[in-house]
Amino acid sequence: MTRPSPPDPSVDLTKNGLAVTVRNLSRRFGEFVAVDDISFDVKKGEIFGFLGANGAGKTTTIRMLTGLLEPSSGEGQVGGFDIHKDYEKIKTRIGYMSQKFSLYDDLKVVENLYFFGGIYGLSREHIRMRVAELDQSLNLLAVADRKTMSLPLGFKQRLALACAILHKPPILFLDEPTGGVDPIARRYFWDLISTLAGDGTTVFVTTHYMDEAEYCHRLSIMYKGKIIEMDSPSAIKKKYNSVSIEDIFIKLVDR
Amino acid sequence: MINTRILPLIRKEFIHIRRDPRSLVILLLMPLIMMFIFGYAINMDLKHIRIGICDLNRTPSSRELIETIRMSPYFEIVTYYNNPNRTEALFTKRLVRAVIIIPADFGKSHARSRFANIGVITDGTDANSATLVQNYLDGLFMGKSISSATNGSGPLVSVKSRMLYNPDMTSSHFVVPGIVAILLIMIGALLTSVTIAREKETGTMEQILVSPIRPYEVVLGKAIPYLVLSFTIAVFILVFGHLWFKVPMLGKWGFLLLFCVFYVFTALAIGLLISTVVATQQVAMMLSLVITMLPSVMLSGFVFPVASMPRPLQVVSQIIPATHFLKIIRGVMLKGNGPLELWPSVAAMSAVGLFFILLAVRRFKLKLK
Amino acid sequence: MSDKAIQVTGLKKRYDSTSALSSVTFSVEKGEMFGLIGPDGAGKTTLIRILTSLLDPDEGTCRLLGISVHEDPKSIRKIIGYMPQRFSLYPDLTVGENLRFFADLFRVPRKERLKKTEELLEFSRLEPFVKRRAGALSGGMKQKLALSCALIHTPEILVLDEPTTGVDPVSRREFWSILKSLKKSGVSILITTPYMDEAERCDRIALIHHGEILAMGTARSVIDQFSGSIFSVSGPDLLGLSRWFKRQLRSDQVRILGDRVQLNLFSSTEKNVSDLVKDAKASGQVIDAFGRENPELEDTFITLIAEREKRNDQTISS
Repeated sequence: MTRPSPPDPSVDLTKNGLAVTVRNLSRRFGEFVAVDDISFDVKKGEIFGFLGANGAGKTTTIRMLTGLLEPSSGEGQVGGFDIHKDYEKIKTRIGYMSQKFSLYDDLKVVENLYFFGGIYGLSREHIRMRVAELDQSLNLLAVADRKTMSLPLGFKQRLALACAILHKPPILFLDEPTGGVDPIARRYFWDLISTLAGDGTTVFVTTHYMDEAEYCHRLSIMYKGKIIEMDSPSAIKKKYNSVSIEDIFIKLVDR
Repeated sequence: MINTRILPLIRKEFIHIRRDPRSLVILLLMPLIMMFIFGYAINMDLKHIRIGICDLNRTPSSRELIETIRMSPYFEIVTYYNNPNRTEALFTKRLVRAVIIIPADFGKSHARSRFANIGVITDGTDANSATLVQNYLDGLFMGKSISSATNGSGPLVSVKSRMLYNPDMTSSHFVVPGIVAILLIMIGALLTSVTIAREKETGTMEQILVSPIRPYEVVLGKAIPYLVLSFTIAVFILVFGHLWFKVPMLGKWGFLLLFCVFYVFTALAIGLLISTVVATQQVAMMLSLVITMLPSVMLSGFVFPVASMPRPLQVVSQIIPATHFLKIIRGVMLKGNGPLELWPSVAAMSAVGLFFILLAVRRFKLKLK
Repeated sequence: MSDKAIQVTGLKKRYDSTSALSSVTFSVEKGEMFGLIGPDGAGKTTLIRILTSLLDPDEGTCRLLGISVHEDPKSIRKIIGYMPQRFSLYPDLTVGENLRFFADLFRVPRKERLKKTEELLEFSRLEPFVKRRAGALSGGMKQKLALSCALIHTPEILVLDEPTTGVDPVSRREFWSILKSLKKSGVSILITTPYMDEAERCDRIALIHHGEILAMGTARSVIDQFSGSIFSVSGPDLLGLSRWFKRQLRSDQVRILGDRVQLNLFSSTEKNVSDLVKDAKASGQVIDAFGRENPELEDTFITLIAEREKRNDQTISS
């Protein structure tokens, strides 16, 4: 197995339509190295998939890029801002949806929307307009007055997505956004993501559903904190001469 | 100065409160139950204390004294006797909690100087009520002496200050303000720490932290709603205590409520601080109860006077907000004090609160660990 | 005893006004691994609760190895091992303590218990973690422990409700290899899963939707029921292409992948692909290539559901 060659470090990080750049990023928790010297770029409008088993370092990477976690070493920029110094500015440019679909269960659908819009400083009028706009594809207003806890998982997932993109972030971080969701809801969800990306939103997504790799423009396979493969799905399939990303993944990881 | 990002936080918090009426009922019922338990249990117990009287004097003077004791609602004389040797048996058989011994020379000395020695033996295995029995008797005799004192007689006995303001020794007058102090700190800390822990558990805290929100905004967005809620509960308990238990209000309601706001603020600060070290609601709840309830009950002067504690504990009691608030609330309600007399306590309490809140904001980072 | 492992006939269940199961009939042979596939709310969990005697049906019968679930729930619980969807072990108890507790619960005799525990620990490769608390296990290990607890009383039928949801692919593979060896030892297995690749590993599957079985058989035979065809189209502007095709077809027939747009032409679709491509080019879409792809189980599934819903719409409107 060959290590992918790291991106050219001489590239100017803020230009060239790059939404995310990461160089030699690491994070240690005591003795444990959760993320071990990773480097990659994500282009504007790209769907960049992070594949890996639980504990491979996917969530830790996302947390460092969203300003939730301080890296132990390495550099990175998100939306042109430095992840060490300007994480407050980064927060205005990103949307984040976590694997738990973190919503308030006792709040109604609209209340969740207004709350998350509110903490991004959007006016109620602005939120109302955005919600109406998003409703065209997300179909949430039909259940606007239902409490979130009573919704099926597929709905919660769409609501969480809506909350994450109310403020029109140019970069969207999705941490296992389809966990536990059935295939039909997953297809619907990915259709939304592909449309967002097609309209210019950069999507950084982690998943352990290998069939979802097909939706990504580029994949990076993580194992024990390292990126062990990174390329487009078709190039990876060609390289390992297999039609199944899952088989390739198992081959790379289970040794 | 409330900016637009705090408002949604506050609004959301009130929705949570409204959606959970059961917890709200518990929050209002708990103080009532506690007040009834403490207020009445202590009250009932200290009326009708069973005592024995050993009259060695047997003169009109001694009979007059016995009559005074008999008239008092606090004592129930279960036996008269004149053989001092019986005394011990009375205690070992648990027939009485105190024995009054009227010495043989009582009538003479009483007539001569208006001072008279009587012996009081109390059951030391129940130290708390023993002290109270002595205090009651002191008060009783003082009242008697004053009533029978004639012009020109000198001062009789020095009287403990708290008796001055509560001559009936009605324990609920002490107990109700004490309960207010304990409940407010408990509820304030509990509410705040548990709601933050809940957001950590469900992951919503993470969702908030990736937004451009500032730490002080998150802290205020949590603090303001629970300040309002705790303050409402405070008013509820106070008014109830005043109307039901007839706790007097010699001072001004305005002062008391103002000081309550300070106190509740301190409670929230403790809650915030707790929430920065715990990850689950369960731990937050346990920790809040242990940290607020026990010290507030034991070390604040609610049960045991601070002055009679060992030196190190006296120091500890100074960082317990309830210690200061107890002085304030008793001062305002029972003595009619205002800021002029109470400012040292108010200052001390606010300092403690400020210390906790600064520590909480410092620890409440936007980063995960 | 020539009975089937599971025999379900005409099962119906309603909650208030919604029908959770509408006349479900199927059977599972002894030693067979049978998969129930369906979206959330399809009725999978309701069905499993009825099978495990936790819920009574409104109508229909349910027999496990010839024993009626309704009439003799006590015997049923002895022959069935059940692993519910949510992790239902005691996180503060160790692996060993959890196993011991379930052994006591099922009154496994002491001598047997030790042997069985050892066997299960070895089999699930949890032996090194016997003293670790269940709460501190990884997702995959928790599932293996839950499975071991469901197997402690040596059941003849194993019922698993989405055992691998949220578990990573490596652990999923391991879990399935354990199931395979169980099956080899003669245990009959009923499993629900949202993963199509797992469905393909079952001997037979049933696609269930709105409480109704839409298709049943081996994965191959279900895929063969797919009468439409799958095409992929690629070009420089995939989003533009997908939008154009969505206007021509139903939106759930079009999906954008990383490097192509996939079209699912149901049998009921009137247009054929070459006409569509011609029309697309004529209206200014740039198409570099198009070709046929092999349908997968998921395509069949989605098509069956879409066509069923279309038929329902028609019956309502006519």
